[in-house]
Amino acid sequence: MNPVLNKELKLRFRSGKTFVGILFYLLALTLLMVALMYVLRTSSPSGFFKPQESRLMFMFLAFFQLGLVLFITPGLTGGVISSERERQTLSILLTTTQSSFTIVIGKLLSSISYLVLLILASLPIYSFVFLFGGISPTQLAQVFFFSLFTMLVIGSFGVLFSTLIRKTIVSMVTTYSVALFIVAGTAVISLILFQIADIYAVATPKKVPSVYFSAMFNPGIVLADIFEPTVSEQIKEITGIKFPIWAAHLITYCMVIVLSLTISVRNLRANMKKGS
Amino acid sequence: MIEIKGLSKKYGKFTALQPLDLQIDAGCVFGFVGQNGAGKSTTFSILATLLAPTSGTATINGADIIKQPKEVRKQLGYMPDFFGVYDQLKAEEYLDFYGASYGIPAAQREKLIPQLLELVNLSHKRKDYVDLLSRGMKQRLCLARSLIHDPAVLILDEPASGLDPRARIEMREILKELKNMGKTILISSHILPELAGMCDVIGILDQGKLVAQGTVSAIQQQLQSEKIISVKTFDVQKTIAFFEENPRITKIEVLEEGKAIQFLFKGGDEEQQALLKTAIQKEIPIISFSEMESNLEDVFMEITKEVEFS
Repeated sequence: MNPVLNKELKLRFRSGKTFVGILFYLLALTLLMVALMYVLRTSSPSGFFKPQESRLMFMFLAFFQLGLVLFITPGLTGGVISSERERQTLSILLTTTQSSFTIVIGKLLSSISYLVLLILASLPIYSFVFLFGGISPTQLAQVFFFSLFTMLVIGSFGVLFSTLIRKTIVSMVTTYSVALFIVAGTAVISLILFQIADIYAVATPKKVPSVYFSAMFNPGIVLADIFEPTVSEQIKEITGIKFPIWAAHLITYCMVIVLSLTISVRNLRANMKKGS
Repeated sequence: MIEIKGLSKKYGKFTALQPLDLQIDAGCVFGFVGQNGAGKSTTFSILATLLAPTSGTATINGADIIKQPKEVRKQLGYMPDFFGVYDQLKAEEYLDFYGASYGIPAAQREKLIPQLLELVNLSHKRKDYVDLLSRGMKQRLCLARSLIHDPAVLILDEPASGLDPRARIEMREILKELKNMGKTILISSHILPELAGMCDVIGILDQGKLVAQGTVSAIQQQLQSEKIISVKTFDVQKTIAFFEENPRITKIEVLEEGKAIQFLFKGGDEEQQALLKTAIQKEIPIISFSEMESNLEDVFMEITKEVEFS
Protein backbone atom coordinates (compact mmCIF):
# COMPACT_ATOMS: atom_id res chain seq x y z
CA MET A 1 0.00 0.00 0.00
CA ASN A 2 1.10 3.54 -0.71
CA PRO A 3 2.89 4.67 2.53
CA VAL A 4 1.43 8.19 2.40
CA LEU A 5 -2.09 6.82 1.87
CA ASN A 6 -1.62 4.32 4.71
CA LYS A 7 -0.37 7.01 7.09
CA GLU A 8 -3.07 9.53 6.17
CA LEU A 9 -5.84 6.96 6.58
CA LYS A 10 -4.43 6.03 9.96
CA LEU A 11 -4.37 9.68 11.02
CA ARG A 12 -7.82 10.50 9.68
CA PHE A 13 -9.69 7.51 10.98
CA ARG A 14 -7.98 7.57 14.36
CA SER A 15 -9.83 10.73 15.26
CA GLY A 16 -13.32 10.36 16.77
CA LYS A 17 -14.35 13.54 14.96
CA THR A 18 -14.33 11.62 11.68
CA PHE A 19 -17.00 9.24 12.85
CA VAL A 20 -19.04 11.98 14.54
CA GLY A 21 -18.99 13.76 11.15
CA ILE A 22 -20.30 10.65 9.39
CA LEU A 23 -23.00 10.24 12.04
CA PHE A 24 -24.23 13.81 11.63
CA TYR A 25 -24.12 13.59 7.84
CA LEU A 26 -26.23 10.43 7.84
CA LEU A 27 -28.63 11.93 10.40
CA ALA A 28 -29.03 15.06 8.25
CA LEU A 29 -29.57 12.99 5.13
CA THR A 30 -32.13 10.76 6.88
CA LEU A 31 -33.99 13.78 8.24
CA LEU A 32 -33.97 15.38 4.80
CA MET A 33 -35.35 12.24 3.20
CA VAL A 34 -38.05 11.77 5.85
CA ALA A 35 -39.06 15.43 5.47
CA LEU A 36 -39.20 15.07 1.69
CA MET A 37 -41.30 11.92 1.94
CA TYR A 38 -43.63 13.68 4.35
CA VAL A 39 -44.04 16.72 2.10
CA LEU A 40 -44.55 14.63 -1.05
CA ARG A 41 -47.04 12.34 0.66
CA THR A 42 -49.10 15.11 2.22
CA SER A 43 -49.12 17.12 -1.02
CA SER A 44 -50.37 14.11 -2.98
CA PRO A 45 -54.20 14.19 -3.28
CA SER A 46 -54.40 10.40 -3.22
CA GLY A 47 -52.16 10.16 -0.14
CA PHE A 48 -49.96 7.57 -1.92
CA PHE A 49 -46.27 7.81 -2.60
CA LYS A 50 -45.92 7.53 -6.37
CA PRO A 51 -42.82 6.25 -8.26
CA GLN A 52 -42.49 9.67 -9.95
CA GLU A 53 -42.28 11.32 -6.54
CA SER A 54 -39.72 8.77 -5.41
CA ARG A 55 -37.66 9.68 -8.46
CA LEU A 56 -37.96 13.37 -7.60
CA MET A 57 -36.77 12.62 -4.08
CA PHE A 58 -33.77 10.71 -5.40
CA MET A 59 -32.87 13.57 -7.73
CA PHE A 60 -33.05 15.98 -4.83
CA LEU A 61 -30.74 13.79 -2.77
CA ALA A 62 -28.35 13.34 -5.70
CA PHE A 63 -28.04 17.12 -6.17
CA PHE A 64 -27.66 17.56 -2.43
CA GLN A 65 -24.78 15.05 -2.49
CA LEU A 66 -23.16 16.73 -5.48
CA GLY A 67 -23.33 20.04 -3.60
CA LEU A 68 -21.72 18.35 -0.63
CA VAL A 69 -18.92 16.98 -2.79
CA LEU A 70 -18.30 20.41 -4.30
CA PHE A 71 -18.34 22.03 -0.87
CA ILE A 72 -16.18 19.57 1.06
CA THR A 73 -13.61 18.41 -1.51
CA PRO A 74 -11.75 21.77 -1.78
CA GLY A 75 -11.46 21.88 2.01
CA LEU A 76 -10.07 18.36 2.16
CA THR A 77 -7.66 18.61 -0.74
CA GLY A 78 -6.73 22.31 -0.94
CA GLY A 79 -4.02 21.95 1.71
CA VAL A 80 -2.66 18.44 1.28
CA ILE A 81 0.82 19.50 0.17
CA SER A 82 0.95 23.08 1.46
CA SER A 83 0.02 21.96 4.98
CA GLU A 84 2.93 19.49 4.93
CA ARG A 85 5.12 22.39 3.89
CA GLU A 86 3.76 24.59 6.69
CA ARG A 87 4.19 21.81 9.25
CA GLN A 88 7.79 21.40 8.05
CA THR A 89 7.28 17.71 7.30
CA LEU A 90 7.49 18.03 3.52
CA SER A 91 11.27 18.38 3.29
CA ILE A 92 11.75 15.14 5.22
CA LEU A 93 9.17 13.38 3.05
CA LEU A 94 10.98 14.56 -0.08
CA THR A 95 14.28 13.11 1.07
CA THR A 96 12.77 9.61 1.15
CA THR A 97 12.96 7.39 -1.91
CA GLN A 98 9.24 7.77 -2.63
CA SER A 99 8.57 9.19 -6.07
CA SER A 100 6.71 12.49 -6.43
CA PHE A 101 3.89 10.56 -8.12
CA THR A 102 3.47 8.22 -5.14
CA ILE A 103 3.32 11.16 -2.75
CA VAL A 104 0.82 13.13 -4.85
CA ILE A 105 -1.48 10.15 -5.51
CA GLY A 106 -1.28 9.05 -1.87
CA LYS A 107 -2.25 12.54 -0.77
CA LEU A 108 -5.14 12.81 -3.24
CA LEU A 109 -6.64 9.40 -2.47
CA SER A 110 -6.29 9.77 1.27
CA SER A 111 -7.92 13.19 1.29
CA ILE A 112 -10.95 12.08 -0.71
CA SER A 113 -11.23 8.76 1.14
CA TYR A 114 -13.33 10.44 3.82
CA LEU A 115 -15.82 11.68 1.24
CA VAL A 116 -15.93 8.25 -0.39
CA LEU A 117 -16.78 6.81 3.01
CA LEU A 118 -19.52 9.44 3.47
CA ILE A 119 -21.02 8.56 0.11
CA LEU A 120 -20.79 4.81 0.65
CA ALA A 121 -22.29 5.16 4.12
CA SER A 122 -25.25 7.01 2.62
CA LEU A 123 -26.04 4.15 0.20
CA PRO A 124 -28.57 2.45 2.50
CA ILE A 125 -30.46 5.74 2.80
CA TYR A 126 -30.53 6.14 -0.96
CA SER A 127 -31.73 2.58 -1.28
CA PHE A 128 -34.99 3.65 0.33
CA VAL A 129 -36.13 4.84 -3.08
CA PHE A 130 -36.16 1.23 -4.29
CA LEU A 131 -39.07 0.66 -1.94
CA PHE A 132 -41.19 2.98 -4.05
CA GLY A 133 -39.70 2.51 -7.51
CA GLY A 134 -38.95 5.17 -10.14
CA ILE A 135 -35.16 4.69 -10.13
CA SER A 136 -33.17 1.87 -11.70
CA PRO A 137 -30.07 0.39 -10.06
CA THR A 138 -28.10 1.59 -13.11
CA GLN A 139 -29.12 5.17 -12.43
CA LEU A 140 -28.12 4.79 -8.80
CA ALA A 141 -24.71 3.45 -9.88
CA GLN A 142 -24.34 6.29 -12.42
CA VAL A 143 -25.06 8.90 -9.78
CA PHE A 144 -22.51 7.42 -7.37
CA PHE A 145 -19.90 7.05 -10.06
CA PHE A 146 -20.53 10.65 -11.07
CA SER A 147 -20.10 11.86 -7.47
CA LEU A 148 -16.80 10.00 -7.21
CA PHE A 149 -15.64 11.40 -10.52
CA THR A 150 -16.51 14.98 -9.53
CA MET A 151 -14.64 14.41 -6.30
CA LEU A 152 -11.54 13.37 -8.25
CA VAL A 153 -11.81 16.43 -10.51
CA ILE A 154 -12.07 18.92 -7.65
CA GLY A 155 -9.53 16.90 -5.66
CA SER A 156 -6.96 17.08 -8.43
CA PHE A 157 -7.46 20.86 -8.58
CA GLY A 158 -6.94 20.96 -4.80
CA VAL A 159 -3.71 18.97 -5.02
CA LEU A 160 -2.49 21.13 -7.89
CA PHE A 161 -3.06 24.41 -6.08
CA SER A 162 -1.67 23.13 -2.80
CA THR A 163 1.50 22.10 -4.65
CA LEU A 164 1.88 25.38 -6.51
CA ILE A 165 0.77 27.75 -3.73
CA ARG A 166 2.76 27.84 -0.50
CA LYS A 167 -0.03 29.02 1.82
CA THR A 168 -2.80 26.55 2.62
CA ILE A 169 -5.44 29.25 3.04
CA VAL A 170 -4.69 30.77 -0.37
CA SER A 171 -4.64 27.33 -1.97
CA MET A 172 -8.02 26.46 -0.43
CA VAL A 173 -9.60 29.74 -1.50
CA THR A 174 -8.31 29.17 -5.06
CA THR A 175 -9.72 25.62 -5.11
CA TYR A 176 -13.08 26.85 -3.79
CA SER A 177 -13.09 29.56 -6.46
CA VAL A 178 -12.50 26.99 -9.20
CA ALA A 179 -15.23 24.73 -7.78
CA LEU A 180 -17.60 27.70 -7.69
CA PHE A 181 -16.75 28.60 -11.25
CA ILE A 182 -17.31 25.02 -12.41
CA VAL A 183 -20.76 25.00 -10.83
CA ALA A 184 -22.03 28.55 -10.99
CA GLY A 185 -19.73 30.15 -13.56
CA THR A 186 -20.29 27.60 -16.30
CA ALA A 187 -24.04 27.54 -15.51
CA VAL A 188 -24.29 31.33 -15.89
CA ILE A 189 -22.23 31.27 -19.09
CA SER A 190 -24.39 28.43 -20.44
CA LEU A 191 -27.53 30.36 -19.57
CA ILE A 192 -26.30 33.52 -21.29
CA LEU A 193 -25.27 31.55 -24.37
CA PHE A 194 -28.60 29.72 -24.25
CA GLN A 195 -30.45 33.05 -24.31
CA ILE A 196 -28.36 34.21 -27.22
CA ALA A 197 -29.07 30.90 -28.95
CA ASP A 198 -32.75 31.41 -28.35
CA ILE A 199 -32.63 34.83 -30.03
CA TYR A 200 -30.71 33.36 -32.97
CA ALA A 201 -33.21 30.52 -33.27
CA VAL A 202 -35.99 33.05 -33.87
CA ALA A 203 -34.00 35.06 -36.40
CA THR A 204 -32.36 32.19 -38.25
CA PRO A 205 -32.26 28.41 -37.68
CA LYS A 206 -28.52 28.69 -36.99
CA LYS A 207 -27.06 26.37 -34.29
CA VAL A 208 -24.86 27.73 -31.47
CA PRO A 209 -22.26 25.09 -30.50
CA SER A 210 -20.69 27.34 -27.83
CA VAL A 211 -23.50 26.42 -25.41
CA TYR A 212 -22.32 22.82 -25.61
CA PHE A 213 -18.73 23.72 -24.78
CA SER A 214 -19.82 25.68 -21.75
CA ALA A 215 -22.46 23.21 -20.50
CA MET A 216 -20.17 20.20 -20.76
CA PHE A 217 -18.04 21.59 -17.93
CA ASN A 218 -20.98 21.88 -15.56
CA PRO A 219 -21.51 18.84 -13.30
CA GLY A 220 -25.06 19.95 -12.47
CA ILE A 221 -26.12 19.86 -16.13
CA VAL A 222 -24.48 16.45 -16.63
CA LEU A 223 -26.16 15.08 -13.48
CA ALA A 224 -29.51 16.38 -14.76
CA ASP A 225 -28.74 14.62 -18.04
CA ILE A 226 -28.41 11.30 -16.17
CA PHE A 227 -32.00 11.67 -14.90
CA GLU A 228 -33.68 13.46 -17.80
CA PRO A 229 -32.79 12.44 -21.38
CA THR A 230 -34.65 15.58 -22.52
CA VAL A 231 -31.70 17.67 -21.28
CA SER A 232 -29.32 16.23 -23.86
CA GLU A 233 -32.07 16.38 -26.51
CA GLN A 234 -32.43 20.10 -25.85
CA ILE A 235 -28.68 20.63 -25.98
CA LYS A 236 -28.47 18.73 -29.27
CA GLU A 237 -31.25 20.86 -30.65
CA ILE A 238 -29.60 24.15 -29.68
CA THR A 239 -26.00 23.30 -30.45
CA GLY A 240 -26.30 20.80 -33.26
CA ILE A 241 -23.67 18.60 -31.56
CA LYS A 242 -24.78 15.01 -31.25
CA PHE A 243 -21.91 13.78 -29.11
CA PRO A 244 -23.32 12.91 -25.63
CA ILE A 245 -22.61 15.72 -23.20
CA TRP A 246 -21.78 13.30 -20.35
CA ALA A 247 -19.08 11.71 -22.53
CA ALA A 248 -17.59 15.11 -23.36
CA HIS A 249 -17.69 15.93 -19.64
CA LEU A 250 -15.87 12.72 -18.69
CA ILE A 251 -13.23 13.00 -21.41
CA THR A 252 -12.50 16.67 -20.73
CA TYR A 253 -12.24 16.26 -16.99
CA CYS A 254 -10.17 13.08 -17.32
CA MET A 255 -7.67 15.19 -19.25
CA VAL A 256 -7.91 17.89 -16.56
CA ILE A 257 -7.22 15.32 -13.83
CA VAL A 258 -4.19 13.95 -15.68
CA LEU A 259 -2.87 17.44 -16.42
CA SER A 260 -3.36 18.68 -12.84
CA LEU A 261 -1.66 15.65 -11.36
CA THR A 262 1.20 15.81 -13.87
CA ILE A 263 1.86 19.47 -13.03
CA SER A 264 1.65 18.63 -9.31
CA VAL A 265 4.15 15.77 -9.68
CA ARG A 266 6.53 17.95 -11.68
CA ASN A 267 6.33 20.81 -9.18
CA LEU A 268 6.49 18.86 -5.95
CA ARG A 269 10.27 18.99 -6.05
CA ALA A 270 10.34 22.39 -7.74
CA ASN A 271 13.41 23.52 -5.78
CA MET A 272 15.40 20.73 -7.39
CA LYS A 273 14.90 22.24 -10.82
CA LYS A 274 17.87 24.10 -12.25
CA GLY A 275 17.48 27.85 -12.07
CA SER A 276 14.90 27.73 -9.27
CA MET B 1 32.54 9.55 0.81
CA ILE B 2 31.29 12.99 -0.12
CA GLU B 3 32.85 14.98 -2.92
CA ILE B 4 31.75 18.55 -3.53
CA LYS B 5 32.96 20.41 -6.62
CA GLY B 6 32.30 24.11 -7.14
CA LEU B 7 28.91 23.92 -5.48
CA SER B 8 27.23 27.32 -5.31
CA LYS B 9 23.78 28.77 -4.79
CA LYS B 10 22.46 32.18 -5.75
CA TYR B 11 19.02 33.68 -5.15
CA GLY B 12 18.87 36.48 -7.68
CA LYS B 13 21.77 38.74 -6.81
CA PHE B 14 22.21 37.28 -3.35
CA THR B 15 24.88 34.61 -3.06
CA ALA B 16 23.93 32.09 -0.39
CA LEU B 17 26.86 29.81 -1.13
CA GLN B 18 30.06 30.69 -2.95
CA PRO B 19 31.70 27.93 -5.00
CA LEU B 20 32.54 25.22 -2.48
CA ASP B 21 35.06 22.44 -2.95
CA LEU B 22 35.24 19.79 -0.32
CA GLN B 23 36.09 16.16 0.12
CA ILE B 24 34.91 14.22 3.13
CA ASP B 25 36.26 10.71 3.56
CA ALA B 26 34.11 7.76 4.52
CA GLY B 27 33.70 7.45 8.29
CA CYS B 28 34.74 11.05 8.89
CA VAL B 29 32.75 13.39 11.11
CA PHE B 30 32.80 16.83 9.51
CA GLY B 31 31.56 19.82 11.46
CA PHE B 32 30.20 22.87 9.69
CA VAL B 33 30.46 25.98 11.79
CA GLY B 34 28.96 29.27 10.86
CA GLN B 35 26.62 32.03 11.92
CA ASN B 36 23.00 32.16 10.81
CA GLY B 37 22.87 32.71 7.07
CA ALA B 38 26.45 31.50 6.57
CA GLY B 39 25.29 28.88 4.06
CA LYS B 40 25.30 25.72 6.18
CA SER B 41 21.63 24.82 5.69
CA THR B 42 21.84 25.74 2.00
CA THR B 43 24.75 23.32 1.56
CA PHE B 44 22.90 20.61 3.45
CA SER B 45 19.67 21.16 1.47
CA ILE B 46 21.58 20.82 -1.79
CA LEU B 47 23.29 17.63 -0.63
CA ALA B 48 19.93 16.26 0.58
CA THR B 49 18.52 16.75 -2.98
CA LEU B 50 16.05 19.37 -1.77
CA LEU B 51 17.60 22.31 -3.56
CA ALA B 52 19.25 22.61 -6.95
CA PRO B 53 22.68 24.27 -6.92
CA THR B 54 23.29 27.24 -9.21
CA SER B 55 26.56 25.67 -10.28
CA GLY B 56 28.77 22.74 -9.43
CA THR B 57 27.80 19.33 -8.22
CA ALA B 58 28.41 16.79 -5.51
CA THR B 59 28.51 13.04 -5.19
CA ILE B 60 27.59 10.94 -2.24
CA ASN B 61 29.21 7.51 -2.33
CA GLY B 62 29.57 8.01 -6.06
CA ALA B 63 25.94 9.03 -6.69
CA ASP B 64 25.50 12.44 -8.29
CA ILE B 65 23.01 14.68 -6.47
CA ILE B 66 21.64 16.08 -9.74
CA LYS B 67 21.75 13.07 -12.03
CA GLN B 68 20.96 10.34 -9.48
CA PRO B 69 18.86 11.96 -6.73
CA LYS B 70 17.03 8.73 -5.85
CA GLU B 71 20.33 6.90 -5.39
CA VAL B 72 21.58 9.78 -3.21
CA ARG B 73 18.44 9.56 -1.04
CA LYS B 74 19.17 5.87 -0.42
CA GLN B 75 22.67 6.75 0.80
CA LEU B 76 21.64 9.69 2.90
CA GLY B 77 19.92 10.27 6.23
CA TYR B 78 18.89 13.90 6.63
CA MET B 79 17.82 15.76 9.73
CA PRO B 80 16.93 19.41 9.04
CA ASP B 81 17.35 22.22 11.56
CA PHE B 82 13.59 22.81 11.72
CA PHE B 83 11.29 19.89 11.24
CA GLY B 84 7.75 18.90 12.01
CA VAL B 85 6.42 15.58 13.15
CA TYR B 86 3.04 13.94 12.71
CA ASP B 87 1.70 14.48 16.20
CA GLN B 88 -1.10 11.95 15.97
CA LEU B 89 1.25 9.08 15.17
CA LYS B 90 2.87 6.95 17.83
CA ALA B 91 6.68 6.90 17.94
CA GLU B 92 6.90 3.44 16.37
CA GLU B 93 4.29 4.33 13.74
CA TYR B 94 6.28 7.43 12.86
CA LEU B 95 9.34 5.30 12.16
CA ASP B 96 7.23 2.69 10.40
CA PHE B 97 5.86 5.31 8.00
CA TYR B 98 9.32 6.46 7.00
CA GLY B 99 10.55 2.89 6.79
CA ALA B 100 7.74 2.16 4.33
CA SER B 101 8.62 5.38 2.49
CA TYR B 102 12.10 3.96 1.89
CA GLY B 103 10.58 0.72 0.62
CA ILE B 104 11.70 -1.40 3.58
CA PRO B 105 9.52 -4.53 3.84
CA ALA B 106 7.10 -4.67 6.80
CA ALA B 107 8.78 -7.72 8.40
CA GLN B 108 12.15 -5.98 8.32
CA ARG B 109 10.67 -2.79 9.74
CA GLU B 110 9.24 -4.70 12.66
CA LYS B 111 12.71 -5.86 13.66
CA LEU B 112 14.43 -2.58 12.87
CA ILE B 113 12.22 -0.14 14.74
CA PRO B 114 12.83 -1.49 18.27
CA GLN B 115 16.58 -1.45 17.56
CA LEU B 116 16.49 2.17 16.45
CA LEU B 117 14.36 3.22 19.40
CA GLU B 118 16.87 1.46 21.64
CA LEU B 119 19.73 3.34 19.97
CA VAL B 120 18.14 6.72 20.68
CA ASN B 121 16.94 5.70 24.16
CA LEU B 122 13.24 5.86 23.30
CA SER B 123 12.26 2.21 23.73
CA HIS B 124 10.01 3.11 26.65
CA LYS B 125 8.17 5.66 24.47
CA ARG B 126 7.44 3.45 21.47
CA LYS B 127 3.68 3.43 22.11
CA ASP B 128 3.48 7.14 22.98
CA TYR B 129 2.06 9.70 20.60
CA VAL B 130 4.72 11.96 19.15
CA ASP B 131 3.01 15.12 20.45
CA LEU B 132 3.54 13.84 24.01
CA LEU B 133 7.31 13.64 23.59
CA SER B 134 9.64 16.38 24.80
CA ARG B 135 11.66 18.40 22.30
CA GLY B 136 14.78 16.40 23.02
CA MET B 137 12.88 13.15 22.48
CA LYS B 138 11.46 14.44 19.21
CA GLN B 139 14.99 15.33 18.08
CA ARG B 140 16.15 11.81 18.93
CA LEU B 141 13.14 10.30 17.21
CA CYS B 142 13.95 12.35 14.11
CA LEU B 143 17.53 11.09 14.30
CA ALA B 144 16.22 7.52 14.47
CA ARG B 145 14.05 8.34 11.47
CA SER B 146 17.07 9.47 9.49
CA LEU B 147 18.73 6.11 10.27
CA ILE B 148 15.79 3.90 9.29
CA HIS B 149 17.23 2.91 5.91
CA ASP B 150 20.73 2.46 7.31
CA PRO B 151 22.34 5.28 5.30
CA ALA B 152 26.09 5.50 4.93
CA VAL B 153 26.01 9.29 5.25
CA LEU B 154 24.19 11.40 7.82
CA ILE B 155 23.49 15.09 7.41
CA LEU B 156 22.48 16.65 10.69
CA ASP B 157 21.61 20.34 10.64
CA GLU B 158 22.02 21.65 14.18
CA PRO B 159 20.73 18.51 15.87
CA ALA B 160 21.27 19.91 19.34
CA SER B 161 19.65 23.31 18.86
CA GLY B 162 17.00 24.20 21.39
CA LEU B 163 17.84 21.30 23.66
CA ASP B 164 18.49 21.58 27.39
CA PRO B 165 22.00 20.62 28.63
CA ARG B 166 20.97 17.08 29.55
CA ALA B 167 19.33 16.45 26.18
CA ARG B 168 22.44 17.85 24.47
CA ILE B 169 24.67 15.42 26.31
CA GLU B 170 22.34 12.54 25.34
CA MET B 171 22.39 13.65 21.70
CA ARG B 172 26.19 13.91 21.77
CA GLU B 173 26.49 10.39 23.15
CA ILE B 174 24.26 9.03 20.38
CA LEU B 175 26.32 10.82 17.75
CA LYS B 176 29.50 9.34 19.20
CA GLU B 177 27.92 5.93 18.89
CA LEU B 178 27.02 6.62 15.26
CA LYS B 179 30.60 7.70 14.63
CA ASN B 180 31.77 4.39 16.08
CA MET B 181 29.36 2.61 13.72
CA GLY B 182 31.39 4.07 10.86
CA LYS B 183 28.83 6.52 9.53
CA THR B 184 30.07 9.54 7.60
CA ILE B 185 28.52 12.48 9.41
CA LEU B 186 28.12 16.08 8.34
CA ILE B 187 26.98 18.10 11.29
CA SER B 188 26.44 21.78 11.87
CA SER B 189 26.10 23.51 15.18
CA HIS B 190 26.43 26.75 17.05
CA ILE B 191 27.69 24.84 20.04
CA LEU B 192 31.29 24.99 18.95
CA PRO B 193 33.07 23.28 21.84
CA GLU B 194 30.76 20.30 21.32
CA LEU B 195 31.72 20.06 17.67
CA ALA B 196 35.39 20.31 18.64
CA GLY B 197 34.97 17.28 20.85
CA MET B 198 33.44 15.02 18.28
CA CYS B 199 34.46 16.19 14.81
CA ASP B 200 37.49 14.93 12.92
CA VAL B 201 37.48 17.95 10.63
CA ILE B 202 35.91 21.37 10.98
CA GLY B 203 34.88 23.75 8.21
CA ILE B 204 34.11 27.35 8.99
CA LEU B 205 31.56 28.98 6.70
CA ASP B 206 31.07 32.70 6.65
CA GLN B 207 28.81 34.63 4.29
CA GLY B 208 28.55 31.63 2.02
CA LYS B 209 32.30 31.05 1.86
CA LEU B 210 34.42 28.31 3.40
CA VAL B 211 36.99 30.42 5.21
CA ALA B 212 38.84 27.70 7.07
CA GLN B 213 39.03 23.97 7.02
CA GLY B 214 41.05 21.37 8.86
CA THR B 215 41.36 19.44 12.05
CA VAL B 216 40.39 21.25 15.22
CA SER B 217 44.02 21.56 16.32
CA ALA B 218 45.12 22.79 12.89
CA ILE B 219 42.55 25.55 12.93
CA GLN B 220 43.49 26.51 16.46
CA GLN B 221 47.13 26.77 15.37
CA GLN B 222 46.11 29.32 12.77
CA LEU B 223 45.61 31.77 15.59
CA GLN B 224 48.51 30.76 17.72
CA SER B 225 50.78 33.25 15.94
CA GLU B 226 48.53 35.90 17.47
CA LYS B 227 47.91 35.60 21.18
CA ILE B 228 44.98 37.22 22.85
CA ILE B 229 46.21 39.23 25.84
CA SER B 230 43.88 40.57 28.47
CA VAL B 231 45.03 43.44 30.70
CA LYS B 232 43.22 44.82 33.74
CA THR B 233 44.26 48.36 34.59
CA PHE B 234 43.48 51.41 36.74
CA ASP B 235 43.93 53.78 33.78
CA VAL B 236 42.60 52.46 30.49
CA GLN B 237 43.53 55.50 28.38
CA LYS B 238 47.14 55.51 29.54
CA THR B 239 47.39 51.75 29.06
CA ILE B 240 45.94 51.92 25.53
CA ALA B 241 48.31 54.75 24.64
CA PHE B 242 51.26 52.63 25.76
CA PHE B 243 50.25 49.45 23.91
CA GLU B 244 49.29 51.33 20.73
CA GLU B 245 52.92 52.32 20.27
CA ASN B 246 53.97 48.66 20.03
CA PRO B 247 53.96 47.41 16.38
CA ARG B 248 53.32 43.82 17.53
CA ILE B 249 49.94 44.78 18.96
CA THR B 250 46.70 45.03 16.96
CA LYS B 251 42.95 45.19 17.56
CA ILE B 252 42.86 46.73 21.00
CA GLU B 253 39.40 46.52 22.59
CA VAL B 254 38.10 47.95 25.84
CA LEU B 255 36.41 45.40 28.14
CA GLU B 256 34.46 45.41 31.42
CA GLU B 257 33.09 48.93 31.22
CA GLY B 258 36.49 50.56 30.90
CA LYS B 259 38.44 48.56 33.49
CA ALA B 260 40.22 46.17 31.14
CA ILE B 261 41.49 45.87 27.59
CA GLN B 262 42.19 43.00 25.23
CA PHE B 263 44.45 42.90 22.19
CA LEU B 264 46.17 40.60 19.73
CA PHE B 265 49.88 40.17 20.20
CA LYS B 266 52.24 38.81 17.58
CA GLY B 267 55.25 37.29 19.24
CA GLY B 268 56.65 34.56 21.40
CA ASP B 269 56.95 34.25 25.18
CA GLU B 270 60.16 36.34 25.35
CA GLU B 271 58.63 39.27 23.49
CA GLN B 272 55.59 39.00 25.75
CA GLN B 273 57.75 39.08 28.86
CA ALA B 274 59.63 42.11 27.48
CA LEU B 275 56.36 43.90 26.81
CA LEU B 276 55.20 43.42 30.39
CA LYS B 277 58.59 44.50 31.75
CA THR B 278 58.51 47.73 29.72
CA ALA B 279 54.96 48.46 30.84
CA ILE B 280 55.96 48.15 34.50
CA GLN B 281 59.08 50.29 33.95
CA LYS B 282 56.92 53.00 32.39
CA GLU B 283 54.59 52.81 35.41
CA ILE B 284 51.52 51.73 33.50
CA PRO B 285 49.00 50.97 36.30
CA ILE B 286 48.45 47.30 35.39
CA ILE B 287 46.50 45.12 37.84
CA SER B 288 46.71 41.88 35.83
CA PHE B 289 48.25 40.76 32.54
CA SER B 290 47.20 37.38 31.14
CA GLU B 291 47.19 35.39 27.94
CA MET B 292 43.72 34.11 27.01
CA GLU B 293 43.40 30.50 25.96
CA SER B 294 42.05 30.41 22.45
CA ASN B 295 39.35 27.83 21.97
CA LEU B 296 37.41 26.96 18.86
CA GLU B 297 34.93 29.70 19.54
CA ASP B 298 37.68 32.33 19.55
CA VAL B 299 39.07 30.89 16.35
CA PHE B 300 35.65 31.05 14.78
CA MET B 301 35.02 34.62 15.90
CA GLU B 302 38.46 35.71 14.76
CA ILE B 303 38.25 34.09 11.35
CA THR B 304 34.74 35.34 10.61
CA LYS B 305 35.70 38.82 11.85
CA GLU B 306 38.65 38.90 9.47
CA VAL B 307 36.35 38.04 6.57
CA GLU B 308 33.96 40.76 7.63
CA PHE B 309 36.78 43.36 7.78
CA SER B 310 38.22 42.32 4.44
